[in-house]
Amino acid sequence: MSVDILMPALSPTMEQGKLSKWLKKEGDAIKSGDVIAEIETDKATMEVEAVDEGILAKILVADGTDNVAVNTRIGVIAAEGEDASAAASAAAPADSKPAVSKSAEPTSAESKPEPKPAEAKAPDSYDASGEIPAGTEMVKMTVREALRDAMAEEMRRDDDVFVMGEEVAEYQGAYKVTQGLLQEFGARRVIDTPITEHGFAGIGVGAAMAGLRPIVEFMTFNFAMQAIDQIINSAAKTLYMSGGQLGCPMVFRGPNGAAARVAAQHSQCYAAWYSQIPGLKVVMPHTAADAKGLLKAAIRDPNPIIFLENEILYGQTFDVPKLDDFVLPIGKAKVARVGKDVTLVTFGIGMTYALKAAEALAGEGIEAEVIDLRTIRPMDMATVIKSVRKTHRCVAIEEGFPQSGVTAEIAMRIMEEAFDYLDAPVARVTGKDVPMPYAANLEKLALPNVGEVVAAAKAVCYR
Amino acid sequence: MAVAATKKTDLSDAPATGNTLRFANDPTGFTREQELHAYREMLFIRRFEEKAGQLYGMGLIGGFCHLYIGQEAVVVGVQMSMKDGDQVITGYRDHGHMLATGMEARGVMAELTGRRSGYSHGKGGSMHMFSKEKHFYGGHGIVGAQVSLGTGLGFANRYRDNGNVSIAYFGDGASNQGQVYESFNMAELWRLPVVYVIENNRYAMGTSVTRSSALTDFSKRGSSFNIPGAKVDGMDVRAVKAASDMALEHARSGKGPFLLEMETYRYRGHSMSDPAKYRSKDELEQMRNEHDPIEQVKHRLIEKKWASEEELKKMDADVRSIVNDAADFATHDPEPDAAELYTDILK
Ligand SMILES: Cc1ncc(C[n+]2csc(CCOP(=O)(O)OP(=O)(O)O)c2C)c(N)n1
Ligand SMILES: [Mg+2]
Repeated sequence: MSVDILMPALSPTMEQGKLSKWLKKEGDAIKSGDVIAEIETDKATMEVEAVDEGILAKILVADGTDNVAVNTRIGVIAAEGEDASAAASAAAPADSKPAVSKSAEPTSAESKPEPKPAEAKAPDSYDASGEIPAGTEMVKMTVREALRDAMAEEMRRDDDVFVMGEEVAEYQGAYKVTQGLLQEFGARRVIDTPITEHGFAGIGVGAAMAGLRPIVEFMTFNFAMQAIDQIINSAAKTLYMSGGQLGCPMVFRGPNGAAARVAAQHSQCYAAWYSQIPGLKVVMPHTAADAKGLLKAAIRDPNPIIFLENEILYGQTFDVPKLDDFVLPIGKAKVARVGKDVTLVTFGIGMTYALKAAEALAGEGIEAEVIDLRTIRPMDMATVIKSVRKTHRCVAIEEGFPQSGVTAEIAMRIMEEAFDYLDAPVARVTGKDVPMPYAANLEKLALPNVGEVVAAAKAVCYR
Repeated sequence: MAVAATKKTDLSDAPATGNTLRFANDPTGFTREQELHAYREMLFIRRFEEKAGQLYGMGLIGGFCHLYIGQEAVVVGVQMSMKDGDQVITGYRDHGHMLATGMEARGVMAELTGRRSGYSHGKGGSMHMFSKEKHFYGGHGIVGAQVSLGTGLGFANRYRDNGNVSIAYFGDGASNQGQVYESFNMAELWRLPVVYVIENNRYAMGTSVTRSSALTDFSKRGSSFNIPGAKVDGMDVRAVKAASDMALEHARSGKGPFLLEMETYRYRGHSMSDPAKYRSKDELEQMRNEHDPIEQVKHRLIEKKWASEEELKKMDADVRSIVNDAADFATHDPEPDAAELYTDILK
């Protein structure tokens, strides 16, 4: 019986790749464990190992083929004793149909069709006045590159800035955010640590007390829980406890929140946790431009900053101003889309839901104003209140848990500062009140979605 | 409870610390039955992991998937020394440990694909599976956490005086976490029946032990707490079993914890998306060609004429059919019911 060799997915997010090289030729014997080919994913060149044994009867996709979809048949193995040429000729031509269908679409909450995006583009404006000079040239850049550039620029500027964390140097970052930094700045300033979060976070705080400007990378913020005592009890409180003598000019950064299918211990959003702590500033950017400008500001800030990134956003591309020194103010929200009917307030990856929902709502005649908080602490309520006074309605969105969440804080502050302007109670859309499940259908249900934002916006508009 | 009051001073019948025992090329060897058992168990884990890698490639398994290929002798050898009721706990590279405890291939594979018949009903995935029945306590994603948890399992054994031993597996990388040493101290202080098994596969993700550890002789990691340790050729299932026999006996007899450093190697990258560029092809080839745990047993079986090539082929075919059945099951089993989203949050 012949067996197909399929183009493998070699990362949670890979959909296609380049088949760079076959390491076996037709007619070669193959044992399980043999490396048979090399493929390039979005992040690396990977080896493909054989699982089945036999003779490589036929190669269906040649060396050097780009954009081969995952699950495309790339070759055929004939079983031992089987006539290889017969197996090869029996092989149907390569197609890109997955051999196995992806998990069924979930039912219930997600089953209602998502509203169609509007045809005509609603008034869309990036209210960046004062941030980016008119006529500035923009370059396309991923969030990952923007973060790297921010660190590199600040490290060039100030020898006191250094990066430490797990796999940040020789491996070039577990998510490749620190790519090239070791090569440019050397091992004195780009430091691989053992897996000892509590220890190296404390070392970072101590170094900051001594006046250095550490950037402490957590491989993800889930692992910063090992270190949270040093972050809160040491970094956040020292300035106050020392009567202003000692501070901690440092950045704790890394991916935060859900990635894809990594389950309960690797998917939590910590925005609400850190936002509760006086003595910290908490930043969570959405775009590459904000990531760059805010990380540079965070590195220069004399306080401990929690800088929450997102693995899913790392690979997304945005316009970034081509300026020698692009720094954005911490604590300032951005009106990412102008509207008059309802205000959608969110931050970080929450923006992806809000912007899509605004687009869909426009199709139904509701003009949503979208506010990206960018900084969660201190929270720019002035911008939010100004918008709510105009729209009289608000939906707050976050991926984290609902109880005591950032959205709960937003709703409370609006009530305190703009109650009389509200025409409906503030609504919120959040991650569900459950640990993140692994199963594809349940994970989808656990996360917020565009449909929920649209529904909440319509509800506060009584539509 | 009196455990805290009895600090032992006598280590005379335990290997002295600082003067590590080595277990390699165990001269006593295995019986034919033991060899055949070890061969089949290791082959089963290897074939299961190869299949898991393949299903990952097809998009049927998502997220993180850490394969155990190359390290099979460790769990199989230790399991051969265990008694019923002894507990096992480990990190996220856990498929081999689960199969070794006797957990069903179908249930493990269905968890990997996130389906309702998986051990955690699809809610845990590759890194988070448990079986109370088989005394397997997970399946943990936070590096080092299982060491304290495993010490707690030992604490419960001592508290109940039930004669069981807890086995806590962790990596060379995990062994730098602070809570490991906090646990070591209490385990020895209270003489808890715990065997710490450090699976030293030389790398923690892309970091080799020489780049992460000031003391790379992990068998000595318990020495400031007086915990005896041994260094074991973790590619030789006989050496693993001999060392575990001694360690489990030590812990079971009330002498406190024991530490085993298993010198082993993972053939694949850290997880499915790691190209493993931090080590040389030669290093990997050398381990595979000269130290493969399965090939070693196979070689002995053939040499001693304890099994023919044909018999071993037949065994491979049997193992493959169990694995294929599990994969087929895990592919067709439905996803969990949507209502499961809200179950098992609190009792
Ligand atoms: C507290 C914590 N920090 C970091 C990680 C990310 N991480 C997962 S596995 C791993 C390497 C562990 O290596 P080792 O202990 O040697 O085990 P191996 O993977 O070699 O089996 C790291 C850094 C994590 N899961 N938890
Ligand atoms: Mg390791």
